[in-house]
Amino acid sequence: MRRVVVTGLGLVTPLGADVETTWKNILASKSGAGPITKFDASDQKCQVACEVKPADHEYGFDAGKRVDHKIQRQVDPFIVFGIDAAGQAIEDAGLEDMDEATKLRAGCSIGSGIGGLPGIESESLVLANRGPGRVSPHFVHGRLINLISGQVSIKYGLKGPNHAVVTACSTGAHSIGDAARMIRDDDADIMLAGGAESTICPIGIAGFAQARALNCSYNDRPEQASRPYDKDRDGFVMGEGAGVVVLEEYEHAKARGAKIYAEVVGYGLSGDAYHVTAPDPEMDGAFRSMSAALKKAGLTPADIDYINAHGTSTMADTLELGAVRRLFGDAMANVSMSSTKSAIGHLLGGAGAVEAIFCILALRDQIVPPTLNLDNPDEGCDGVDLVPHVPRKREVRAVLNNSFGFGGTNASLIMRKVD
Amino acid sequence: MSDTADRVKKIVVEHLGVEADKVTEEASFIDDLGADSLDIVELVMAFEEEFGVEIPDDAAEKISTVSDAIKYIEENKG
Repeated sequence: MRRVVVTGLGLVTPLGADVETTWKNILASKSGAGPITKFDASDQKCQVACEVKPADHEYGFDAGKRVDHKIQRQVDPFIVFGIDAAGQAIEDAGLEDMDEATKLRAGCSIGSGIGGLPGIESESLVLANRGPGRVSPHFVHGRLINLISGQVSIKYGLKGPNHAVVTACSTGAHSIGDAARMIRDDDADIMLAGGAESTICPIGIAGFAQARALNCSYNDRPEQASRPYDKDRDGFVMGEGAGVVVLEEYEHAKARGAKIYAEVVGYGLSGDAYHVTAPDPEMDGAFRSMSAALKKAGLTPADIDYINAHGTSTMADTLELGAVRRLFGDAMANVSMSSTKSAIGHLLGGAGAVEAIFCILALRDQIVPPTLNLDNPDEGCDGVDLVPHVPRKREVRAVLNNSFGFGGTNASLIMRKVD
Repeated sequence: MSDTADRVKKIVVEHLGVEADKVTEEASFIDDLGADSLDIVELVMAFEEEFGVEIPDDAAEKISTVSDAIKYIEENKG
């Protein structure tokens, strides 16, 4: 069977415009949260978000580095973040100069949970206030979710599968899992895979707040708002950014002497069939998703050293933990489980990919990232290493990454070091 | 250089992200400045906005160089 490995990484997050800066800040227990600055949020219930920082910030994002000026003007920010993260991953993998035969076997699977909401919002106002003749000719293709994959394929000449997952907050994980299967099934040798999101705009914040999903009682202390597993958590903090990996067939990577970070060994998917936003209290969907990934990997819970939880800082955190406990049994004593959403917020469609990259870095550096703000663990958290406040050096042989989305869609990825 | 030409060139630089010295009056939007057909639709909208003129589709189709745009605007602005 064709094996799939990770040979390149790219990140744009609220804690950095590249992989190493973000990781350094994660391990320094920094928070990317702050008051919303992208628009006047004074009339919003939630006024806190984890924004990608502007170019003049210490770890800000310079869109001009990898994205043409013209494209920046035409597309929503989630596409800009996605193009940049994909470019980083290509550079990291040493694939800037692929020959034509390689490009024919290289594709994209970069999705988003929501897509170009800020642009849909602003152009709707143009339509209402100034009429259809003033709507931008770039409106549609500047907002479509599959246009990260489209733009990246055009920029780098990638002529293999061109795919984009839309499964809410499971998008990033499904994108990587689906792309890995495309390589395993011989549709491609190389896939750019991941997710991006940028919906910190009035209707995005209002919509999630009205759905009672966002934190609303930390407006005066933004850095404390994302607090997975803590008794005083009251909803997620919206983040933004992108994560993209280069997936590559193992022999292909070896033959060109590529640096190999990890192998994607397990991928599980399931549906809750329960409720559009609320998780099944039994978390059976999460349990089945994780079980399927373990089975595919040919591993047992005792082989997993780190779990990057979905852990959004909502009531569902402890339900997820319950499902993990049910699956892991006695192996719970050894595993470390944390939520990096405590530091960068919830990147929605980008979350699964960004967190998969944190898992890969945990494998590389043999250290697990912390859960910030975990001052008073909620009931049900006893006897579990949730890595409160600071990272921990430990053996990390294999990692599990969970993502669950609105609609009851679940994805679990398992990666491990390549011997 | 006329005021109209200055303003047209400024819009072209901003929308197409090209160097100002490339935006000569002879420059073709598509052949010299890297625009596609949708970029021209967007430029025409920006010209309409800036100069308060209406550029109907059949007139817009005939605008292929910077000087075509300047000429149309000079002849039709109020």
